[in-house]
Amino acid sequence: MIEVHALAKYFGRFSALRDLHLTVREGEFIALFGRNGAGKTTLLRILAGLSRPSSGEVRIGTPHNLTPRAARGAMGYLSHNTALYADLTALENLRFFARLMDVHARDADLIERIARVGLSGRESEPVRNYSRGMQQRLAIARAFLHDPSILLLDEPFTGLDQHGTHFLKGYLTDSHARGKTCVMAIHDAPLGYELADRLVVIEKGVAALDVRKSDVTLEQFMDRYKAVAEER
Amino acid sequence: MLAMIWAIFRKDLLIELRTKDSLNAMLFFGIVVLVIFNFALESIRESIRAAVPGVLWVAFAFSGTLGLNRMFAAEKENSCLQGLLMLPVDRGVIYLGKMLAATVFMLVTEAVIFIFSLVFFNLTVWNEIPYLVLVFFIGTLGFTTVGALLSAISVNTKMREVLLPLILFPVILPVLVNAVEATNIILNTVDYRTLKLPLTIMSVFTIIFGTISYLLFEYVLED
Amino acid sequence: MDQKPQSRFDTALGVILFLVMIGALYMAFLGAPREKTMGDLQRIFYFHAPSGIVGLLAFALNFVGSVMYLIKKDRQWDNLALASAEIGVMFLTILLVTGPIWAKPVWLVWWTWSPRLTSSLILWMLYIAYLLVRNYVPDPDRRAMMSAVFGIVAFVDAPIVWFSIRWWRDIHPSPMLETGGLSPAMRPAFYTCWAAFMVLFLYLVRRRFYLESARNDVELLARQVDIAR
Repeated sequence: MIEVHALAKYFGRFSALRDLHLTVREGEFIALFGRNGAGKTTLLRILAGLSRPSSGEVRIGTPHNLTPRAARGAMGYLSHNTALYADLTALENLRFFARLMDVHARDADLIERIARVGLSGRESEPVRNYSRGMQQRLAIARAFLHDPSILLLDEPFTGLDQHGTHFLKGYLTDSHARGKTCVMAIHDAPLGYELADRLVVIEKGVAALDVRKSDVTLEQFMDRYKAVAEER
Repeated sequence: MLAMIWAIFRKDLLIELRTKDSLNAMLFFGIVVLVIFNFALESIRESIRAAVPGVLWVAFAFSGTLGLNRMFAAEKENSCLQGLLMLPVDRGVIYLGKMLAATVFMLVTEAVIFIFSLVFFNLTVWNEIPYLVLVFFIGTLGFTTVGALLSAISVNTKMREVLLPLILFPVILPVLVNAVEATNIILNTVDYRTLKLPLTIMSVFTIIFGTISYLLFEYVLED
Repeated sequence: MDQKPQSRFDTALGVILFLVMIGALYMAFLGAPREKTMGDLQRIFYFHAPSGIVGLLAFALNFVGSVMYLIKKDRQWDNLALASAEIGVMFLTILLVTGPIWAKPVWLVWWTWSPRLTSSLILWMLYIAYLLVRNYVPDPDRRAMMSAVFGIVAFVDAPIVWFSIRWWRDIHPSPMLETGGLSPAMRPAFYTCWAAFMVLFLYLVRRRFYLESARNDVELLARQVDIAR
């Protein structure tokens, strides 16, 4: 589904990614670990088409390569940036994105989606009035409005309260069960372990560890993760 | 595609109507420029009518630059640009939507600034209005076609708002020269046959830079 | 990485530059006849006109570099664009400085807003703007992209500027010295100086280009050191 070949991204003298290889099969759920600045966000941004690689190749879609535009339509990207217009209401935000994502949804459908992320009755309020956690919930609804087949998640649990975390976990588990492909950067190892079926550690811009969840217990994984982090 | 352009255009308009952030600033600044020119041109008070076209377009260009600066600065809040960039639409569509919205803001501002200038410089116009509307429209479109592209470039720099006028004014000089000339023909020389040349140059400029900007926009749009 | 800082070609070019410059100085100050009305002052023309021509050529080269960068995404093209823009601005500065020196005694003013002068000034400003864009984008890849787009805009804009100003400011006399109107006795000096400036331009662009390539190499090495740590 996603093929990353010899990917590198430099910012002047600093290299965020170097020679990174990764193949994500359809329906796989990958959790990306690694300390701050290891290159997780850069990888996700390049996958999402938000950032251009310095060298290397990224192929999205099987069996045929999707055009960048079609790839964008197949992907949903959720980060700690909400990408919501603060001066528009929740409903107006969703209406705007639905139209541009070519999702034919009536207002009732959109209101229903807003209710599903736990914001029922607040769809006509400007997003500016929302708390950080509420905005993040709405961001979930926004990012996956078009029911994408690839979900890119960059620390998506940031700022969510218990209810929001619960909802997002449920949503991700459900999407995974429906055969969606997920790539998620996360620092909370137990949570990542729980959701994913493949665990990848990125250190200094390369995939330093890549294991299937079925092959390791959480404790074993943590030990190997620590070993990789210390070795470098 | 038109529906997509319309959606982006409408979104910008809706936000602006709600907050009036850009419009207020643009209007006020435009009027401030008029007042300043009033003092600067004190010595030629008797023949001030000859200076009005230039004064008007300086006011339009300055206030328009404020608007163009806000165009992408607003998208940076909450990283909205990220959301736009992820949309399955051509980036040129984003360009057209936002450029048209900026054009409308500028035209609204220009109308108000123009009314103020009538009062400040003691002018009367009536039959000239359709011609003026045409010149303002084409001139503004020329300004925003390339302005939207350069605004997207300048938000990528360290200097952001400061850089835009520096790189924009040399580029839009042909539009300014011809817009001033056309306005001067309407207000002062009243030889409408000569209006064709400046209008043609401005239209050519708009078409050329509209095409270039549409094609190059995807390179400068980065979050 | 395989470009040597000073290839044999550059050494040869340096020698040629030295010789042709001496020739140009000789021709401009001694070889060319004294102009009847303007006197020795007219000799500034031999440096004034070629710097304008070379400046235009530099901006054309900047356009080529900008377009090629957008197509190939290869930083060498960006280096070419940068080198030619900087050197072009330098030559245009020479043009804009020598112009008024010559104009003051002849036209009795330092500056007139004639089409040619105004267009040259705007052209100079466009490429100063180009260098400003470069200056304020810290990330090299992004800088290359932004400046390539602006380089294209600037180059397309230049002829429109020229025509708009020319059509509206036709009242002013065009500069008295046109190359076509140059008396045959003065032509050898003019062509020698032109050739000298072309070689100078080529030499400087190559130097600047290598400097920037070396900078890229340093960036690459620094990256490798950073990784090894």
